[in-house]
Amino acid sequence: MLLQIHEPGETPLPHETEKGLAVGIDLGTTNSVVAFARDQKAEIVRDARGVGLVPSVVAYFDEGDPLVGELARRELLDNPEVVVSSIKRLMGRGPDELAKLGDALPYELGPPADGGMARLKIGARLLTPVEISADILRAVKQRAEIALGRAVDRAVVTVPAYFDDAARTATRDAARLAGLEVLRLVAEPTAAALAYGLDSQAEGLYAVYDLGGGTFDFSLLRLERGVFQVLATGGDAALGGDDFDNAIAQRFMAERGDKLDRDHVKQALVTARLAKECLTDRDDWDGFLDLGEAESAHKLTRAEFEKLIAPLVERTIQIAAATLEDAGVAPDQLGGVVLVGGSTRVPLVRKRVAEFFGKPPLTDIDPDEVVAVGAALQAEALTAGSDTLLLDVLPLSLGLETMGGIVEKVVERNTPIPVSRAQEFTTYQDGQNAMALHVVQGEREMVDQCRSLARFELDGIPPMVAGAARIRVTFAVDADGLLTVSAKEATTGVESRIEVKPSYGLTEDEMAAMLRASIDNAQDDMERRLLTEARVEARRAINAVQSALGVDSDLLSADERKRIDETIDMVERAMSATDRAAIQGAAEELEHRTKIFAERRMDRGIRKALAGRAVADIGG
Amino acid sequence: MTNAPQTSAATNNGPALAVCWSCKGPVAWGGLFCDTCKAVQPPVPLDHFARLGLKRDFDIKVPVLDQLYFGFQRQLHPDRFAAAAPKAKQISQSQAVAFNEAYETLKDPLTRAAYLLDLLGEKVEGEGAHTIADEELLMDQLERREALMEAENPAEVEAIARQAKLDAEAALSALASNFASGDKIAAKRGYLRLKYLVKLGEEARARRARLTLAR
Repeated sequence: MLLQIHEPGETPLPHETEKGLAVGIDLGTTNSVVAFARDQKAEIVRDARGVGLVPSVVAYFDEGDPLVGELARRELLDNPEVVVSSIKRLMGRGPDELAKLGDALPYELGPPADGGMARLKIGARLLTPVEISADILRAVKQRAEIALGRAVDRAVVTVPAYFDDAARTATRDAARLAGLEVLRLVAEPTAAALAYGLDSQAEGLYAVYDLGGGTFDFSLLRLERGVFQVLATGGDAALGGDDFDNAIAQRFMAERGDKLDRDHVKQALVTARLAKECLTDRDDWDGFLDLGEAESAHKLTRAEFEKLIAPLVERTIQIAAATLEDAGVAPDQLGGVVLVGGSTRVPLVRKRVAEFFGKPPLTDIDPDEVVAVGAALQAEALTAGSDTLLLDVLPLSLGLETMGGIVEKVVERNTPIPVSRAQEFTTYQDGQNAMALHVVQGEREMVDQCRSLARFELDGIPPMVAGAARIRVTFAVDADGLLTVSAKEATTGVESRIEVKPSYGLTEDEMAAMLRASIDNAQDDMERRLLTEARVEARRAINAVQSALGVDSDLLSADERKRIDETIDMVERAMSATDRAAIQGAAEELEHRTKIFAERRMDRGIRKALAGRAVADIGG
Repeated sequence: MTNAPQTSAATNNGPALAVCWSCKGPVAWGGLFCDTCKAVQPPVPLDHFARLGLKRDFDIKVPVLDQLYFGFQRQLHPDRFAAAAPKAKQISQSQAVAFNEAYETLKDPLTRAAYLLDLLGEKVEGEGAHTIADEELLMDQLERREALMEAENPAEVEAIARQAKLDAEAALSALASNFASGDKIAAKRGYLRLKYLVKLGEEARARRARLTLAR
């Protein structure tokens, strides 16, 4: 079942200068999946037994590398204290938020990192969710490298559409730590639609109902000749199959009359999960819960299970209904509903979805694998080129705190990205030279009900009377949904360089230290990336000059032409070596030595334009 | 209003030529790509209609707008520049931002009307907006709001929402003919009426959701 893709004569070992392969990774709450696409056909990377799902579970022993996947999951029963699962739910969350979870959080919290990111105490280690996710990504990356026989260094990584900026940044940092360049963060529902759309050439309005282990996402998309336009998204970042397990586990614990204890909860959850999975095909389940001291017998019928989870399922339907209504679309206008996520195997979920939309949902592609398939297709599209285009939207509104803790929205949710919006603010005191800005994300009116993304101080405002300064704050969201904020005082043009420190992020120093500590020798990795960037830029410069020579070479004397050709050769030579500074220097030299040529070309262009305009004036 | 001048290099007296950032040669002002070296060019200041290649007119067919927008994004979206030089990537992002903004503004008749009125010198939104008194609209607004607040069951709210939707459709076609006949003042009144009906519809939906949840 191993995927074997070698071109004849292709070396199976990674080559120093050769670019690695790009894969698609679904970094899931419960399971992660990696896939690779070629010629718009994606294949899931499977192990020797044909299993594509890697449990998103990591076991940390005091010595040695962490265990990831099935092996780690097996440790849950014997050594629950060293095992981490469902870490995705904690991505981008602050220590105070986690502390609020109390017993629902099956880990002990350690002191937070300097940048404010929460850390968990696992055995003797202190680990951030980013590091734990990086261990999972590293494992799936290795799995792909073994199967493909080539280095893998780039990936499209999927995130729930509903992930806020902090969670997206955390995901990107985790990939970086695992030695992967993120080509694009793609929303999971969009990836799923891509997987279906390319297969069936579907057109029209489609909904994606994605109920994973920890998150629920609902997206409305328009598919049209290769364009995937996200019209609206809705969801709940803390609602998923884990909650089904939790409901069952609570019932078991209540039946035992036990108090909730961290390690017991983990074991009860494992049994709860088995019961849930069993009830997909059968009408009843019975089994034992073995918590060391005492074993207890439990029974659960499907009807009882459905009663336990009905409120959770109804919440997903309400979110779907609200999202459709926001977009002004009725359920019967949809061409189809795609099911994504393992939790959509639960019969009650399928039944309610079919009832609400008035048609049976699409399940042709395995709901556990469909997201990775879409991610792999997008990875190929971004590296090999394609006609498919994903037009995504901002999932949650972005705003700034104003007087009285009220949020002033700067970019509304469901705005197509990339987007850039500016808002003007003013000072409220004479001579005020600094201003504190607090960036939040969410739909609620009050700051404390939204996610805090970053706080920063804008200083260097020239002294003016109150209300005279005009501070323009610009929010720029890129195609990955990641935010950059900049600010400028408009009356004087004084631009203040500001550094946005995420409220719950990692500092650059922490990131650098983690990269240094990572086994992938990230220092080299970073240098390699910069080298690649310098080569791409030098190639662009050469191409630009050669294109110009193709049109206007008659503007040059033979000597001048020779000098330019020699310089191009010099850049080419520099590019074939690995000295980044030499490449940049050569490219700059090329720019310098073609300056006169560029001036003559501009002169010619202006003369031509004037001639054209004169003719037009006479004609008009 | 259809006689309003089109913003373009030719009538603007703006420079018809620009310098390509990549090959440093001449490139047509407002062109998306350099003819010589094919490098993507930064966006130039254009109104949203001109950017998408549309006539400055309220009467836009949304499917036509979609097609134009998709066409530009197919060429300019940053995903098309994933392997390009950093500067080209950055420029493609600013182009995509400009087209997204134009599309967002023109797609919705309400924002399109506000934008068009602004272009025509009749600002209706934000700082410096001209307000007008419309007694009839004000009375209507008060009555409907009251009815909505007093509605105690989802069916009553639904009826108010349905009426608001029908009236909004009528207001929209009236607005379109105001623009077509070039009556700016009537268009402004029409805009405010449509805006209030759309908002009422949203409030009715929110109230219905609350009433449904409470049951």
